[in-house]
Amino acid sequence: MTQEKLHQEIHNFPTAKLSIEHVCKDFVTSRGTVRALDNVSLTINEGEFVCFVGPSGCGKSTLLNIIAGLEKPDSGMALIDGTPITGPGRDRMVMFQEHALFPWLDVIGNVMFGLKQKPNLTDKERLEVAKYYLYLVKMDRFAHANIHELSGGMRQRVALARSLAPNPKILLMDEPFSALDAMTRERLYGDIQDVWEKRRKTIVFVTHNVREAVCLGSRVVLFSPHPGRVREEFPVYLARPRNINNHDLADLSQSITSALKGYTASESD
Amino acid sequence: MKRVLITLFFFVLLIIIWAGLTGDLAAIGLDISLWSPYVLPPPSTVGHYLWDNTVNGKIPLSMLITLRRLLIGYIIGLVLGVPLGMLAARFRCINDTLGMLALGLQALPSVCWVPLACIWFGQTEAALLFVVIMGTLWSVLLSTQNGMKNVPPIYARAARTMGSSPLHTLIFVTLPASAPFVVSGMKQGWAFAWRSLMAAEIYVSVVSGFGIGQYLHYGRELQRMYQVIGIMFIIIAVGLLADKILFSPIESWLHRRWGTDKE
Ligand SMILES: Nc1ncnc2c1ncn2[C@@H]1O[C@H](COP(=O)(O)OP(=O)(O)OP(=O)(O)O)[C@@H](O)[C@H]1O
Ligand SMILES: [Mg+2]
Repeated sequence: MTQEKLHQEIHNFPTAKLSIEHVCKDFVTSRGTVRALDNVSLTINEGEFVCFVGPSGCGKSTLLNIIAGLEKPDSGMALIDGTPITGPGRDRMVMFQEHALFPWLDVIGNVMFGLKQKPNLTDKERLEVAKYYLYLVKMDRFAHANIHELSGGMRQRVALARSLAPNPKILLMDEPFSALDAMTRERLYGDIQDVWEKRRKTIVFVTHNVREAVCLGSRVVLFSPHPGRVREEFPVYLARPRNINNHDLADLSQSITSALKGYTASESD
Repeated sequence: MKRVLITLFFFVLLIIIWAGLTGDLAAIGLDISLWSPYVLPPPSTVGHYLWDNTVNGKIPLSMLITLRRLLIGYIIGLVLGVPLGMLAARFRCINDTLGMLALGLQALPSVCWVPLACIWFGQTEAALLFVVIMGTLWSVLLSTQNGMKNVPPIYARAARTMGSSPLHTLIFVTLPASAPFVVSGMKQGWAFAWRSLMAAEIYVSVVSGFGIGQYLHYGRELQRMYQVIGIMFIIIAVGLLADKILFSPIESWLHRRWGTDKE
């Protein structure tokens, strides 16, 4: 019985559709008002892997936080399967730029944190689920390690397991790998594609790095700053698993980068 | 091991010097009694005093009385201080009122409360407890508040996205995240409580029980410096033991978990 329930818990892949409709967001500071998002509309389908790319300050994080429910739009709305988002929810997990793991808990304790908020599971089942996800990100051997004993890449893998464990419909990632070295990052690209193939979640991934976006996303959305707007979208049809050093991938990145350069240059004129 | 030996050697040396200067080593030809035993008694007299009064149960009894006061006062101080510190960290109006009060009163050595406590409560247990609580409460409150304010906001954001309610976040995220600060505040609170209680016991004689501090006081009244010094040793020992038994294990656990080990 429990086994069956566990199987259900782990092998049921909920995803959801996201709609962003005419979202505007201003930040008022002592130096004036910043228009972080200006009438942004976007649809993200079930199980899609979308990457947001754009220069610094173009509102990528702001939009991600609105989807996460950590910020509210000034006008317009964000909907998940047609229901307006009013606050954070267990159907959307966030992975931050810094790992944000809790240093007072060990690795498995961190993965359990989100699971404990989830009803209808016994503690034993939660533990099994947590172990499964640690295994999925290849961190099962470190279940009882302290956070400070892990390398940066290992921490981000634990953070990924922590976000995946409650089985959210949507995974939101804000530059999760930007603090890591190239080697570790490449390994994590493999891991995350693997996870996405297996779990088919809707993923929104924010990055500065065009190549990273092309390597991971099924679609790349370009943002431009002042005010923050969606500028262009590029579908990526390359076969998976993708290698970041692949030739076609580099070509596509090249054309996206020149598009990006084009309007940041005109922007600053 | 070597460090323990060095420490041990240092203290033995101190006692030998003390013994040499007070005539205890006359048997081996070292008799330079600089002071009369009424001013500085030799270690042997102090040792005798401690031994006799431990065996006849007077010191253990007064320790019991003193530690009971200390624990009750300290625990009340914690039970009030930690939640009030949490409130002060969370609500600006509490910070601006109670927080300022705490900041002011923390600057006041708690022995200054003794005269008021005697008028308000008379020569009672309550007066002693009051002084101990005043000594503990403010420093615990302030360090809890400081600890909570220093928690990186990303922890609470992460918790909220995992479906943690505000109360759940407070108890299971903000509080443990501020644990290093809160524990060092608790430790400081303990040190203040101990100092306050000694001050209070020296000044206030209470019929309901004769504490360690009161022995010190009467040692002076009766010109028994061996008693005064013996009791001082006990006070030092209690302070040290509390540190080693109560706080060191918690602190080293925190250091291990957080990776803030200095060595
Ligand atoms: N809390 C805030 N208060 C004031 N201004 C803010 C706040 N958050 C964001 N902004 C402003 O809104 C704009 C968009 O910020 P956002 O963090 O979304 O950019 P971003 O695209 O994520 O940039 P980066 O790539 O550097 O992370 C910026 O100009 C920033 O200054
Ligand atoms: Mg950002």
